[in-house]
Amino acid sequence: MIVADRKPFEEILDSIKDYKKIMLMGCGGCVTICFSGGSKAVELLASQIKMAKKKQGKEIEIIECTPERQCEYEFIDACKEQIESTDAILSIACGVGVQTMNERFPDSITLPGQNTKFMGYPVKHALWEERCAGCGDCVLEWTGGLCPIARCAKKLFNGPCGGSSEGICEVDKDTDCVWQLIYDRLKRLNKLDNLLAIRQPRDWRTSTNAGQRKVKFEEAML
Amino acid sequence: MKSGSRLEKVLIAGEFAVTSELGPPQNADPEVIKKKAQYCLGKVDGVNITDNQTAIVRTSSIAAASIAISCGIEPIVQMVCRDRNRIAMQSDILGAAALGVKNLLCLSGDHQSFGNHPQAKGVYDLDSMQLIAMVKKMRDDKRFLCDDPIKEHEPRLFIGAVANPFADPFEFRVLRLGKKIEAGADFIQTQCIFDIDKFSKWMEMVVKEGLHKKTYILAGLMPVRSHKALVYMKNNVAGMSIPDEIIKRMEAAEDPKEKGIEICIEMIEQVKNIEGVAGIHLMPIGWESITPVLLERAGLLPRPEV
Repeated sequence: MIVADRKPFEEILDSIKDYKKIMLMGCGGCVTICFSGGSKAVELLASQIKMAKKKQGKEIEIIECTPERQCEYEFIDACKEQIESTDAILSIACGVGVQTMNERFPDSITLPGQNTKFMGYPVKHALWEERCAGCGDCVLEWTGGLCPIARCAKKLFNGPCGGSSEGICEVDKDTDCVWQLIYDRLKRLNKLDNLLAIRQPRDWRTSTNAGQRKVKFEEAML
Repeated sequence: MKSGSRLEKVLIAGEFAVTSELGPPQNADPEVIKKKAQYCLGKVDGVNITDNQTAIVRTSSIAAASIAISCGIEPIVQMVCRDRNRIAMQSDILGAAALGVKNLLCLSGDHQSFGNHPQAKGVYDLDSMQLIAMVKKMRDDKRFLCDDPIKEHEPRLFIGAVANPFADPFEFRVLRLGKKIEAGADFIQTQCIFDIDKFSKWMEMVVKEGLHKKTYILAGLMPVRSHKALVYMKNNVAGMSIPDEIIKRMEAAEDPKEKGIEICIEMIEQVKNIEGVAGIHLMPIGWESITPVLLERAGLLPRPEV
């Protein structure tokens, strides 16, 4: 899932300072699961904004709306009329949602209320960790299912650097060295041979290095 | 002969090699490089010129190497994967060779978060293994990484790599060394050794695999001036093993500088007696002036003629 984290409240307030009526738009997808952008989060943030505005002696009207997904026209089109009656939209979906809104409603501005972080999953209650960098050329087959691109600070392909100590990455003491994990996993699976071959320089064009990426599903194209 | 460098000749001759280190300055003053070069002149077989070590901006290692060459020093240019992609690296490899550089040490590099520009985008287009293989390909196959031929004047470089016997997973470290040799490492410099026991254990594994016959291993040693430096490294540098006993000896010393020299000489003697060790690499960080003193007292001077 896509994991997003709320922008600092002051930054959000500042971004809507010129508006008297806004729509606060959540998303029923990934950000609902990671607590930061579902209907509950919308409700909470709306009251937080109203209170802050009241303290400033200012009024703001907020329409709350949480479509099933903010990243598909089908779901956001239902809000069209309400959107047209507002000065701006504050989205607490991921960056994809914000852009879908801006593209679908070019006469209204949709502002981001979140910092979109990564693709990951909750490793325990209320803690999400990055697992996939969307690099476009999956290596999990030979790494024992652990990604060195998303999880190694140097994106190494040929084993741990000299900064791996007691299973911890030197860049952050709260982060496991993914190469230690890869080593342990492959040892357990009796596949350490996977690490002995020299992995060749990779083609980064499949990643974010060659401009916007697209995926076509030919069979389904109209 | 792969490169014809002095370091290569010394190692082929079976002499106990000595390399040291020169850190370029955080400014554009060539005099700093020339002054540091004087401490090494005629005393060592090669001098590592660090590449923005600890991710702090300094004079380029290749530029500093060129200045060092003009002083009569044979540089070992360090090249890290952090700051350049494969295009810039190959370009700099050609440039270094054109300037007379004959040794190149390939490293992944300290992560940018440790330096003075933690905001920087790390490149890591290649990792150190891939860099080693690329330099070898340019030298031996006379081809760029993309397979285009280098029609003439390919870079003739003696290829170095590093190994850290103290990082984890310990058992994988020897396998990784084997990979670096397979990729093309002609010589290896290790992380600073303070824990002789662990290093010996690692060397035993290296010898058992016969890796010492496929590459030249130089044991990394660092003379220190105070116990504080050791405590700092023990607490802050990942992949270092510093026994408390050494810290205690330094702390108890009346003259810590003298004690630091003494300990370093002891270690030189110890690593000399470990099978598979072909030389030492001295890292007198911030204390370059001690190099000739230390080597004289360790009986490693004069250097052999090759």
